[in-house]
Amino acid sequence: MHNSGISIWFFIGVLLTIYGAMVLGYGIFELVTGHTANVILANLHAPVWWGAILLALGLFYGLRFRPGRNG
Amino acid sequence: MFELTQSIAGGLVPASAPRALALGAPSLAHLSVLDLAVIAIYFVIVIWIGFYLKSKSNTSEEFFMAGREMTAWIAGLSFVSANLGSLELMGWAGSAYQYGILAAHWYWIGAIPAMLFLGMVMMPFYYVCKTHSVPGYLKLRYGQGSSTVAAVSFAFMTVLMSGVNMFAMAEVMKIVLGWDLSFSIIVSSLAVAAYVALGGLRSAIFNEVLQFVLIWGGALLVPILGLIEAGGWNGFKAKLAANIAKGVTANGDYTHMWRSMGHFADNPMGIHWTGIVFGLGFAISFGYWTTDFLVVQRVLAANSLRSARLAPVIGSFFKMAVPFIVILPGLLGLVVLQNSDGSLMHLVGENVVAANPGAGLHSYNEVLPLMMVRYLGPGLLGLGITALIAGFMSGMAGNVSAFTAIFTYDIYQPHIVKHAKDEHYVLVGRIVTIVGVVISIGAAYMVMHAAGIMDYVQALFSFFISPLLGVVLMGMFWKRATRAGGFWGLLIGTLTSISLWAWVHFDPSALRYVAISPDAKPMAEDMYRALWSVCTSVLVTFIVSIFTKPKTLAELNGVVYGATKLPTEEPVPFYKNEWFWTVIAIVIFLALNIYFW
Repeated sequence: MHNSGISIWFFIGVLLTIYGAMVLGYGIFELVTGHTANVILANLHAPVWWGAILLALGLFYGLRFRPGRNG
Repeated sequence: MFELTQSIAGGLVPASAPRALALGAPSLAHLSVLDLAVIAIYFVIVIWIGFYLKSKSNTSEEFFMAGREMTAWIAGLSFVSANLGSLELMGWAGSAYQYGILAAHWYWIGAIPAMLFLGMVMMPFYYVCKTHSVPGYLKLRYGQGSSTVAAVSFAFMTVLMSGVNMFAMAEVMKIVLGWDLSFSIIVSSLAVAAYVALGGLRSAIFNEVLQFVLIWGGALLVPILGLIEAGGWNGFKAKLAANIAKGVTANGDYTHMWRSMGHFADNPMGIHWTGIVFGLGFAISFGYWTTDFLVVQRVLAANSLRSARLAPVIGSFFKMAVPFIVILPGLLGLVVLQNSDGSLMHLVGENVVAANPGAGLHSYNEVLPLMMVRYLGPGLLGLGITALIAGFMSGMAGNVSAFTAIFTYDIYQPHIVKHAKDEHYVLVGRIVTIVGVVISIGAAYMVMHAAGIMDYVQALFSFFISPLLGVVLMGMFWKRATRAGGFWGLLIGTLTSISLWAWVHFDPSALRYVAISPDAKPMAEDMYRALWSVCTSVLVTFIVSIFTKPKTLAELNGVVYGATKLPTEEPVPFYKNEWFWTVIAIVIFLALNIYFW
């Protein structure tokens, strides 16, 4: 699938990048303002590290499989 | 932002509590703007993929078989993902809460041996004969009669399964978010109809891979945080043991898979190990993973024989890992879910919830959403909900795309319009996609009146899939099997299954005969019914074949073991060899079963 147009991995990269940025952004907002969500283990700040992981994976796949780049 | 309503805490729902749009039930969570944005972005991407792939789905080979261009990884992930629908996410998490780790049997012995067998043994025949479907294989092997029986029964099953997915998703949206059932059904079916009608199988496969990533991205946090709260696996077991000792959790062995399988009465599922091994591990599992066109279609779309063989092997590794995001949250729910007063929350059966409206009770099937609401804040909750939506939509799309291919190739082409231009069949495929979605919507509303989704699906499996397994195996590995043998084997096997189901349905005491024990429970019945129907189809195929004229060896080339010269594959390094990864998968499979023995 890498040689005929846009790869599925690119779509996945785009989606993970957007989601990662949104979740990480909210996590940073929580950290900065101190207003954590009313969930169990909020003190672990899961949105920060989980959002960062999603963002990193998204950027990797988005760039690695971007259109025009040979897979 | 979201907040828990009173009901999640087990208390009474005040008059001012948010009401569901559909049935007046309170929702578990309120989504924030961030969560809604996450869901909306998913729909935008899905439709984008559909429109993008429209230009790549112009021929029937492209539309129905994704151009046979999928790599082993894409085919493998799609292969597993096509099965990651409503049953996986909600039903098995609920089963894990109810029955413990026994539910993992459906992921390990109920999947892995069959997946590896498909890749290593059966795939060469499917791939070499260049069939476009499982009924297509039956046509090559047994002739049009068997193919038509299989095609009609499969088409019937897929639209019903699509309806099940639709209904399950609508239920989840109602329970978790309070969305109207019809609203969820219409939105999801419009999206599925759009992207499958536009991009065909390729679009369905793309979305299945996308969904697979979303499932892990959205659901993996739940067991991770659950394990942290429970104090790790050992902490979970200690808490569970303490709860059982105090009598707040029903007595039982929730963390071992085989120890309580010695007798039907020793485990809450009411199953014997013979039922698990031969019924689930062979009849149901092999039937589903090796002859259900829904999953086999994904592998047939692979770009080479090696990719087609590797795809199920790759899929098997992920399948073994799925219990981590489905079974484990269900188990953890046993010790971490609490009412507002700090007492342990007790989930109950759907019938109990229905009998006590307003009591704030939650069913087993709600354990996964409850766990999500417990741990996931804004954004993450949206991601988790999106994973659920994606799972359900993917299940629908998988069924609809398989239905479209089967109807067009195996019903419409041989029986209605035999010789038309390629574009005609593509157009028919697009129209049938829409029709399939419409029928699915009808099926979804029908399922609302069914007793339980799980029973319903299990019954469907044994009606159609298990007899098909017997006939395909006989045809693939016995040169003497004849056209008449295959036809009657399939027909009588299917009728046997339906008859056994009807017998128990109208006379529950018959369960002791079907499942060979008075202590057997419905799940055991499903397994033994599947086993008997496989045995019947094999026996009938054998007997009829003995008395009818077989095909010549030349006619069997490409479809039968011993009459087919398989192509030699280019040598590759060991780490790219499918046999190497098969052995690794077998070792992990055995290790998991021994560890949780």
